[in-house]
Amino acid sequence: MEEIYDVAIIGSGSAAFTAAIYTTRGAARTVILGGANWGGQLMLTTEVENFPGYESLLGPELMGKLKNHATKFGGEFLAVDVEDVNFNPSDGKLFSLQTGGRVYQARSVIAATGALIRWLGLPSEERLIGRGVSSCAPCDAPFFKEKNVIVVGGGDAAMEEASVLTKYASSVALVHRRDTFRASRVMRDRVLNNPKIKVIWDTVIEEILGEDRVTGVRLKNLKSNETSEMPVDGVFVAIGHDPSTKLFFGKLELDDKGYIKIVKHDKWGVKNEVGEPIGNKFSTTTSVEGVFAAGDVADYRYRQAITAAGMGCQAGMDALSWLEETKGHA
Amino acid sequence: MSSNVVTDQSFEQSVLKSRIPVLVDFWAVWCAPCRLAEPVLEELSEQYKDKVSIFKLSVDENPRTGEVYGVMSIPTTILFKDGKELGRQVGFSGKGAFEELIKKVI
Repeated sequence: MEEIYDVAIIGSGSAAFTAAIYTTRGAARTVILGGANWGGQLMLTTEVENFPGYESLLGPELMGKLKNHATKFGGEFLAVDVEDVNFNPSDGKLFSLQTGGRVYQARSVIAATGALIRWLGLPSEERLIGRGVSSCAPCDAPFFKEKNVIVVGGGDAAMEEASVLTKYASSVALVHRRDTFRASRVMRDRVLNNPKIKVIWDTVIEEILGEDRVTGVRLKNLKSNETSEMPVDGVFVAIGHDPSTKLFFGKLELDDKGYIKIVKHDKWGVKNEVGEPIGNKFSTTTSVEGVFAAGDVADYRYRQAITAAGMGCQAGMDALSWLEETKGHA
Repeated sequence: MSSNVVTDQSFEQSVLKSRIPVLVDFWAVWCAPCRLAEPVLEELSEQYKDKVSIFKLSVDENPRTGEVYGVMSIPTTILFKDGKELGRQVGFSGKGAFEELIKKVI
């Protein structure tokens, strides 16, 4: 007889791990199916300076700590990839999650699969990934010692990539399609005050040049429509992320940007004493009862480690309370 | 331990002149995804022993080999047979991606 979990968490970023801390402390039998490449976006960063309680620590170090914390109260962590989910069980009421080796059965599920790097989508880019095109400056910056690189993007991630690269590269250009950065003030100032970084505004990369390694880029200024070529040895892409929801196509309702939709079910509506609706008992429910969502997979707006952790906490508490309310269902 | 280490010096002997196909993992201590790939490669090394050798090459101490094969991103895993590259996997995308590479030779 296969063991049955109260909660199965898919993912291994700060949302997933925080959810596990709460569900296990609520004595729910919890498994975290974290993926072979676990840890999420913070594994590809260096210093994290905006996670409360830590003035500065390395992203991978923070994820190591969160993983330890998530298993401290009995959570089982498995570095396995979920390949398929059954959220519509015909016999009984258990959800099932298929990995390479086996099927996990659970009474409730928390989807916290996060988001994946968004690439430019150029064929030249795909051909040259690992040959000068990268999305991880902390991993790859040392290969660009005394070389010329260009970073594309305008958010905190792009600022971080550019700053990391200045420690190795002889020149760093930062190209952005608008005339302002959306990055936080601290990160923005770090870039603008760094004499090694040259910012190119209102411009996109139209093509990456080079046969078997990057030799340059073709840039297009969006205001003047002028194109120009610039010789570089490396291209670092940091234009954002897309929710990692492939697993949930046709299983959970997604919004028009592809994020898991938070669906408030009427039956859990909360009313005041005169019967007016004043909210919902749950804030992380999806289109399937018993499946909850947390973190970047369901959050287009904030996308921070700490908001993901907060939402993970909510999902953990929602799952516990839903299991309590529906006792006997499974 | 099942995981072998190769250096710039031993590369020719251990990899290019190997009787069986070799998967070389270009890695470094400061690369988080490389560390996550490690146990998976260990597992594969056990699973495919006698059929494929798996070697780790630290790019910090051995810059020459990565340069020769144009490795500019880690982890990069390259499959060699009879001294020639047969394919590579850039980044860590789980066990399946490595196995796909290995299946080219077995």
